[in-house]
Amino acid sequence: MGQIQHRRPVHWGLHLALLPMAVTAIVGYLATVLWSVGVSFTSSRMFANTNFVGLEQYHKLFASERWQLSVYNLVLFAVLGISICMVLGFLLAVFIDQKIRSESVFRSIFLYPYAMSFVVTGLVWQWMLNPEMGIQSAVRRLGFADFQLDWIVSQDKVMYCIILAAVWQASGLVMAILLAGLRGVDEEIWKAARLDGIPPWRVYVSIVLPMISGAVGTAFILQAIAAIKVYDAVNSMTRGGPGLASEVPAKFILDHLFQRGSIGLASAASVVMLLTVVALLVPYYYLRKHQAAQQGAKA
Amino acid sequence: MTMATTPSKRRPAKAWTPARIGTYAFLLSAAAFFLMPLYVMLVTSFKTMDEVRESSIFALPLLPTVEPWVVAWSSACTGLECKGLQVGFWNSVQIVLPSVFFSILLGAINGYALAFWRSRFANLLFGVLMIGVFVPYQVIMYPLVRLLSSVGLFGSLPAIVVIHSIFGMPVMTLLFRNYYTGIPQELFKAARIDGGGFWRIFWELMLPMSTPILIVATIMQVTGIWNDYLLGLIFGGTQFSPMTVQLNNIVNSTFGERAYNVNMAATILTSAVPLFIYLVSGRWFVRGIASGAVKG
Repeated sequence: MGQIQHRRPVHWGLHLALLPMAVTAIVGYLATVLWSVGVSFTSSRMFANTNFVGLEQYHKLFASERWQLSVYNLVLFAVLGISICMVLGFLLAVFIDQKIRSESVFRSIFLYPYAMSFVVTGLVWQWMLNPEMGIQSAVRRLGFADFQLDWIVSQDKVMYCIILAAVWQASGLVMAILLAGLRGVDEEIWKAARLDGIPPWRVYVSIVLPMISGAVGTAFILQAIAAIKVYDAVNSMTRGGPGLASEVPAKFILDHLFQRGSIGLASAASVVMLLTVVALLVPYYYLRKHQAAQQGAKA
Repeated sequence: MTMATTPSKRRPAKAWTPARIGTYAFLLSAAAFFLMPLYVMLVTSFKTMDEVRESSIFALPLLPTVEPWVVAWSSACTGLECKGLQVGFWNSVQIVLPSVFFSILLGAINGYALAFWRSRFANLLFGVLMIGVFVPYQVIMYPLVRLLSSVGLFGSLPAIVVIHSIFGMPVMTLLFRNYYTGIPQELFKAARIDGGGFWRIFWELMLPMSTPILIVATIMQVTGIWNDYLLGLIFGGTQFSPMTVQLNNIVNSTFGERAYNVNMAATILTSAVPLFIYLVSGRWFVRGIASGAVKG
């Protein structure tokens, strides 16, 4: 067979078919990333130029208070938001896995926010958290006159509002991924644990959780990458305010690209963003490879 | 009726132990949290503005009215124009149809080429695309804007279709490659021996076998592209703003008192399409998430 394949004439059909992929990969991804990296070393402002300034844009970036604040907000958003999503998603998956009634109804309810756009999510929660009209006023009407929920207009607490909206939107996704993992766990483990008299929560934490580590990793990495890109929800919910209190890197980059005309600075910021993604992915990739190798060794 | 003797995994247990009550209490309160925004959106959208000001956001409308829905659809102001969300709706339809078609077609062709026509060049390109999955939009957005304006496409319908095809290609290619890898090579070899060429095998053999993955891909792309905000905002220009962009304009750029009832009706209208797809497709939707998730 191999011999025949070698003598085959050139397949024009194949080459034609690969053209869109080639253009997308080479022009759409490779060239554009290289262009952004290149521009980050120039003094480009409104228009891209080729005036090389070395790392100056990066110095400017890290000295910028607005950038520091966006990075701080992103770290807060990612660490707290992902932790809550993972814990809540795991709990939902475990409770759904208890052979409950109307399982599919609960699953649909927990996952539907994921079908909504970030813009919608941001707008709904903006309305719910609005101090004059939203939950605060509703609770006060019930007679709790001192009830306070004005985080969205508070510089210190506005990020928690965005985290709340994100948790509402993404916990269902974690639940769906982990539930698929739980359903793949061998029933025998439960029988064995019951015979040994191990309480169910111990089985979940010590035995099942490590067994579904692949699903946990996938859920984590999906959320981490979504967190780094967070823009739509912030923009529709608070527009980065009050003041700059809910500024995030993705918004910093877009504002500097399209409104403030600092293309060099924005490119430097986007390169930093790309490096962060790479830094997250490399360990994940090796972890997966390591796991695959271990499973291969067992088989 | 021998239900009791067949041990089914999903069958609910009967005894109401404290643990089971706790389980349902947790699930029900979680369900309340997840449903709350949808409930608030719905009740608010049927209230008059007077009632919105006077009542709690959780209260049911006393005098239900569909006026906010009519305004949101046909006369709410998105910036200077006051034609309501319908403009954005049709823009989104115009964007979604060709974008979904092309991104899926390209993904299927790529996946087919990768799975059966072992080409080192194709694998190299695939490697680049797989890194591309993780590149944040912001990194390559500006060069793409420049590229599209240099060929005179920026701010047009073709531009946004091209952009969705580019950003959708990595995941679509991965999806179809994984699917076609599961089809036995012998089938392909037999078709080759029968004299089938690249395109004939694709159109007449592989594509008809791809219904399940085509459904998953369609669900993913329709929801994803319908919900997109950023790409539509940047590449659609003023003429082709999708519904999400118009929604944001209606809500966040009104002067004077905000018409919350109209805003909520507009928000529901914007999420109606993806919500409908989600409710109808159920398990397919979850399958899309699972296969779209990072693999290897």
